[in-house]
Amino acid sequence: MNQSADQNFDEMHKPDGSIREAYHGYNNWLSKQDASRMRRKGSEAESVFRRTGITFNVYGESDAEERLIPFDMIPRIITANEWRRLSRGIEQRVRALNAFMYDLYHRQEIIRSGRLPERLFRHNAAWLPQMVGFTPPGSIYTHITGVDLVRTGPDEFMVLEDNARTPSGVSYMLENRETMMAMFPELFTQVKVRQVSNYPRQLAKSLAACAPPCAEGKPTVAVLTPGIYNSAYFEHAFLADQMGAELVEGSDLRVIDGRVQMRTTRGYRPIDVLYRRVDDDFLDPLTFNPNSVLGIPGIMDVYRAGRVTIANAPGTGVADDKAIYSFMPEIVEFYTGEKPILANVQTWRCADPDSLKYVLENLAELVVKEVHGSGGYGMLIGPTSSKREIREFRAKLEAKPDNYIAQPTLSLSTCPVYTRKGLAPRHVDLRPFVLMSPEGVDITPGGLTRVAMKKGSLVVNSSQGGGTKDSWVLDD
Amino acid sequence: MLGRTAHSIFWMYRYLERAENTARLLEAGHRMSLTRAEDAANAEWRSVITTLGMRGDYEQHFDDYTGAHVCDFVLRSKLNPLSVLTMLEKARMNARASRSAITGEVWEAVNEGWMVLSDMLARQVKESDLGTVLASIRRQSTLVRGATHGSMLRNEIYSFARTGTFIERADSTARILDVKYYLLLPSLAHVGTVLDTSQWDNVLQSLSGERAYRWLNSGRMDSRSIADFLILDPRFPRSLAFCYSALRENLSALAQLHGEETDAHVAMRAAEMALSDRRIEDIFDQGLHEFLIEFIASNQTISNTIAEAYRFTA
Repeated sequence: MNQSADQNFDEMHKPDGSIREAYHGYNNWLSKQDASRMRRKGSEAESVFRRTGITFNVYGESDAEERLIPFDMIPRIITANEWRRLSRGIEQRVRALNAFMYDLYHRQEIIRSGRLPERLFRHNAAWLPQMVGFTPPGSIYTHITGVDLVRTGPDEFMVLEDNARTPSGVSYMLENRETMMAMFPELFTQVKVRQVSNYPRQLAKSLAACAPPCAEGKPTVAVLTPGIYNSAYFEHAFLADQMGAELVEGSDLRVIDGRVQMRTTRGYRPIDVLYRRVDDDFLDPLTFNPNSVLGIPGIMDVYRAGRVTIANAPGTGVADDKAIYSFMPEIVEFYTGEKPILANVQTWRCADPDSLKYVLENLAELVVKEVHGSGGYGMLIGPTSSKREIREFRAKLEAKPDNYIAQPTLSLSTCPVYTRKGLAPRHVDLRPFVLMSPEGVDITPGGLTRVAMKKGSLVVNSSQGGGTKDSWVLDD
Repeated sequence: MLGRTAHSIFWMYRYLERAENTARLLEAGHRMSLTRAEDAANAEWRSVITTLGMRGDYEQHFDDYTGAHVCDFVLRSKLNPLSVLTMLEKARMNARASRSAITGEVWEAVNEGWMVLSDMLARQVKESDLGTVLASIRRQSTLVRGATHGSMLRNEIYSFARTGTFIERADSTARILDVKYYLLLPSLAHVGTVLDTSQWDNVLQSLSGERAYRWLNSGRMDSRSIADFLILDPRFPRSLAFCYSALRENLSALAQLHGEETDAHVAMRAAEMALSDRRIEDIFDQGLHEFLIEFIASNQTISNTIAEAYRFTA
């Protein structure tokens, strides 16, 4: 890929090399920093991450069982104005997603009205017939959502992906800020940045507000993790710790007397809200995957009896589907009655013959993704792929067109990273985290900025070598 | 708290204590081997392996007892399922599994210790580096203990941490004594041969008790008071009496919190009876070896009943 910095929108520098408004304060500080001090700080940060165990596990790599996500110390900065518009757009989108989930599992007005083809979710692996007609406590499905945003110009923010299943990365958002404040405390007295450290408290509050009616007194919240070998275990432990909740595994839980109960040193005690970080498939071996050793037999019966809250609700993974994504503008309009504030990326559904024809003819320019894929796996980035890779992908696409969507190769915005030779632009995206409860929607200012650490690369996923940055929203 | 978390905490502290005790044992063994002829030195290394209960595993792989083989086997060998390196890994895994039950300070002490030591133990330790490595193992354990003491809430979690520590420590002291018990028998001291005080030093050193003992006994050494010191002195933090007094304290805290006693409490009280209000002569009369064997078995029973009473596993 031969995109150089001047062809992309850069978050910090204008094409003429001057500094954008968002970075004025930061640049004032940066220009006074000594290069050797910055380098030293960079390696200090790494040793802090190692010592505190902020690591992730990579599937299929036995030699490097715990790895660090590269951290870059140049923040990604968003102005107060930009954030106002973004957060309105995000709230609108998340409210629409929740309403969409309710509708899909109830009257399906959106299908009756002809705006969404029925086959889209009928063949969707994340669709759960067990959820039909059931209303979760508070009518909340998407308790926690991560909305992946990309930017292509000064005002062009677009949603690339919705993560309503089990969005991860929020612990990095929090730890990146802690690390930055520890490394450069004086910076935060010079530039006023909106804080993110409230997230765990907000999460605890938001989850508690979704407790089922049978909860007595202060609701008992627990985080369900697949265990210490899971790639996001650090985050599960971190959030449980920060919320003061129990961190449970499937083997700690059992259905007793119609409640989900955890084995404590004093016997079994009921759980009111389960923030699960396992997929639907591994929730209940009686209902879903009978081979799962992670799940809790009978939990779905308890859930359907309204005696435990599962966050996010089972079956919300439908919203992560990339074919559904392509209908999001219609979905937002249908449920909110408003035009979407945030645009979608143009998307060709390969299930549609005309689109498929176009995609096949333009493979070398497009990005093609599996509809159920995530984590940057199983995708083709036309412009950076070899002829052979494209040929192989073409065969897969022709064999199973329903399984794919295609998008133009976006010129994602860049943000400088700190390298040994000074600042260098790298592509970034942004994942804000959104909480929803009957009490309202709460969006933490900023989110997680993911950055492709390789020059020119568009892949920001940590499983593919991407790094992260602290993300700032400036205070007014 | 979760039964599984109690299990992780209990074993995390047991493994850390065991790693530390093992390092101490190696230090004493190494010191001893420096002042001995080869045969006696090898006998010393054999007794280290015996004390650690690794004889079966060791002899499957080696037919001699040299310092290099023993140290490598005990510290880091993949042939040894309970090497110090493995214990540190297990301690860290348990800490990770109960990450939300321990403070950040404790976790960092465990994690950092593991990073430093797994690096030191990545290759065979040269004899010239042995002292540094062993001191590091003890130091890491000290740091975790300090972080635990200074940052953990005195609640159920803390009680399980301390319970694990003292069960392990009592086991270790009893094992060291049992391997060397014949040195302490009054009958041998009465034989009137030249007293081998360096052997006694060695026993005291394996328990970091040489300084305390000298201080209490103004430099006099006799087997009776050494045995008395290591078994019954409530002031020495590695004596059986001290361990059980701490164990009682922490199990009582659990009983108070839970509003009831368990089988573990019954077993603990019986074991403590065998220690309190007893004179060392009574223990010699019963037979030191028999006493220690019984002690080790009942210590194990207490550990098992704790696991059961507090639902460590489903």
